[in-house]
Amino acid sequence: MHIDLRTVAIKPVRQTFDHIVRRFGDKPASRYQEGTYDLQQTDIFHYRPLWEPELQLFDKRRSKVEMKDWYALKDPRQFYYGAYTIARARQQEAAESSFEMIEERGLADLLPAEVKQLALDILVPMRHVEWGGNMGNSYITAYGYGTAITQPCLYHAMDHLAVAQYLSHVGLVLDGAEALDAAKEAWMNGALWQPMRRHVENVLVVQDWFEIFVAQNLVLEGLSYPLLYDYLDADFSANGGTVISMMTRFMSEWADETGKWVDAQIKVAAAESAQNKALISDWVKQYRAPVLEALTPIAARAFGDKADSVLSEITDQFNARCTKLGLVL
Amino acid sequence: MDMHAAKKKMSLKEKYAHMTRGLDWETSYQSPEKVFPQASFEGIKIHDWDKWEDPFRLTMDSYWKYQAEKERKLYAVLDAFAQNNGHLGVTDARYINALKLFLTGISPLEYVAHRGFAAAGRNFPGVGPRVACLMQSLDEIRHAQTQIHALSNYNKHYDGFHDFKHMLERVWYLSVPKSFFDDAFSSGPFEWMIAIGFSFEYVLTNLLFVPFMSGAAYNGDMATVTFGFSAQSDEARHMTLGLECIKFMLEQDPANLPIVQKWIDKWAWRGIRVLTLVGMMMDYMLPKRVMSWKEAWEIYFEQNGGALFGDLARYGITVPKCITQCTIDKEHISHQAWATFYQYGGAAAFHTWMPSDEEMDWLSAKYPNTFDKYYRDRFTYWREQAEKGNRFYTNTLPMLCQVCQIPMLFTEPDDPSQICYRESDYEGEKYHTCSDGCKAIFDDEPQKYIQSWLPVHQVYQGNCFPEGTDPTVAGFNPLAKVLEWYHLEHGKDNLDFEGSRDQKNFDLWRGMATKNT
Ligand SMILES: [Fe+2]
Ligand SMILES: [Fe+2]
Ligand SMILES: [Zn+2]
Repeated sequence: MHIDLRTVAIKPVRQTFDHIVRRFGDKPASRYQEGTYDLQQTDIFHYRPLWEPELQLFDKRRSKVEMKDWYALKDPRQFYYGAYTIARARQQEAAESSFEMIEERGLADLLPAEVKQLALDILVPMRHVEWGGNMGNSYITAYGYGTAITQPCLYHAMDHLAVAQYLSHVGLVLDGAEALDAAKEAWMNGALWQPMRRHVENVLVVQDWFEIFVAQNLVLEGLSYPLLYDYLDADFSANGGTVISMMTRFMSEWADETGKWVDAQIKVAAAESAQNKALISDWVKQYRAPVLEALTPIAARAFGDKADSVLSEITDQFNARCTKLGLVL
Repeated sequence: MDMHAAKKKMSLKEKYAHMTRGLDWETSYQSPEKVFPQASFEGIKIHDWDKWEDPFRLTMDSYWKYQAEKERKLYAVLDAFAQNNGHLGVTDARYINALKLFLTGISPLEYVAHRGFAAAGRNFPGVGPRVACLMQSLDEIRHAQTQIHALSNYNKHYDGFHDFKHMLERVWYLSVPKSFFDDAFSSGPFEWMIAIGFSFEYVLTNLLFVPFMSGAAYNGDMATVTFGFSAQSDEARHMTLGLECIKFMLEQDPANLPIVQKWIDKWAWRGIRVLTLVGMMMDYMLPKRVMSWKEAWEIYFEQNGGALFGDLARYGITVPKCITQCTIDKEHISHQAWATFYQYGGAAAFHTWMPSDEEMDWLSAKYPNTFDKYYRDRFTYWREQAEKGNRFYTNTLPMLCQVCQIPMLFTEPDDPSQICYRESDYEGEKYHTCSDGCKAIFDDEPQKYIQSWLPVHQVYQGNCFPEGTDPTVAGFNPLAKVLEWYHLEHGKDNLDFEGSRDQKNFDLWRGMATKNT
């Protein structure tokens, strides 16, 4: 059936859904708002989960952090699924064309041997760390509270999978499948990676989802991304390794963008109460130590005798960032 | 040069395996049992997660690429639909009530599917199923959001959509779909995959989406058609995941068979009960009908499902045991459900009406064995009464089944004039179910189903009034207070379609848009 409709101005009965009206008033709402606010059920659940009978399906008690309104944790990027995939598709297009060019022209073969070896030793094993980041963030998506934070955590989890795949791709470009086998062997047994693997595994068994958020998204990413994608990247570029930078551009852009989102979450949660502030500050201190310990051998391999100064610069920047977010370290 | 050629020879499957499967490792600083605490409590035995065959091989970069393209197109259509008042192009405003059922009863479940698949995507010890489940989790939030965004424009113009999340948790008939997903998510990850991944996404999905989407196409609703079609390629992935999952479980250990079979029996029945609402929508709520519920059942369950279970027979799986009952039910349930909603139309967040003579002729033709014999006279009588100004409403609330939570409206398999009740005793209390299927589910896990938050029981216990309500005041009207607690606006969201604000506005606006000034 088709009817020809003239365009006429009709007055809507309401502008948006009631739960959006209750928060923002009866005015046109954004797609982020309608696709996010109050989407998670909160009030009535039928059955206690077999896997955690003492709690409800969605339950605020899965974190020690307390918020009057968990929807205060909004995403400054306003990512709903459509906005998220479209943003990432643009970035992946750039990454794809870099990889294509490098592979087609055999640019990786022109890399100085030490640069290539450094990338194989440091970047490729990081794919496993990224996979840990995927697991932590999917845990938050499942068991966190309120769509405002659980939604971007799924995007974050999938981004980590993507980064793990980009790093795998780097390995394949540099040295084929053996690169990945060697990285796995180093990850499992190499002395360089054991402190990191121990730390990542320890975070995999943390129960409090906000604690995982702090450990993974603030501390581990906050310390390791600058090391790898700023400092090491600068070294690569300075030493004939621009090809590596081309393959990791996604990661440095991504860290910038997601860092702002992480900051917004921490800032709001810490400002909510003295208790939250103390809790999050303690977690930062608790996780900063093993992350720095894990990064020490990696930094030593990457920067030689500059390692200490690089690490302390990164730590200073990280501490300053946390202070700005209202934490006390 | 040769070296690049050698590197490039990697097949897609190999490449995907390197990119994904190799990411995982066996933890040693923490025990695997601590890392995957939900892996074994359901009794499913998996010996080798590497035997998992990836049902589709999408790396994240290609996922973004394909999905972004779909999103761009979809939102372009939705924008145009809103701009041009596309809602005035539907057959007639009765159709919009099908969408209310969809937004209040189905879209919030897409959301729960998103959370549940995220949990599955964290909990399986194998990397292959984890990645597949996470992609489905991402798709499911897409479905929730694209549906909300598509129906957002209807909400601006019509009643019944406005507080869907609040209503889902409270309104009596919405506890049917809600408890279904609560049930699945509160189970372990393997049961979740049989419940949602296999039974719902594979066996029953066509019975849910095809009726709504073709209903939309037949009735001129481009917004719904577009989100439906856009979701189709996602659903194709979900189906292959569900199927791979069940095969994997059955191939890993023979001891898994009885557990899986029990879950199939349970979830097929649970799902089919939920689909009663879809059957009613198809036969009564679409001004222009696509096919009858019975026909849809025959094509999508009896034929397609039959072929599927034929395939699974080699693992020892048998057709869900509810099939005999379903074969009888397909002739009745849509009429019984609509009759119930018509009578309780004062407490529903959509409009109800009785079919016209012409529509009843269609029903007679589609249901030659039952419609005239059991339903037509009653419906005609109700309609005539309504035309005389005696529109009939029941002012109580119906008794609900302890498991599926549908009102006791279904009849005995061998006697369509007798309402079917089943009773179970548990710890000195009696519990009522609507059928042998629901009773079997109750009896298998009574400790779970005694927890059901039954909306009608809750009303009678006084738990469904706005805060500060005093039921002892003179002239207390409990139903009015319950509706207030539901956020259901009496006189706007509920009652007969005839005389509704939707009807008036639609006529007015369509008049403006189709007549010359
Ligand atoms: Fe879906
Ligand atoms: Fe699906
Ligand atoms: Zn039942």
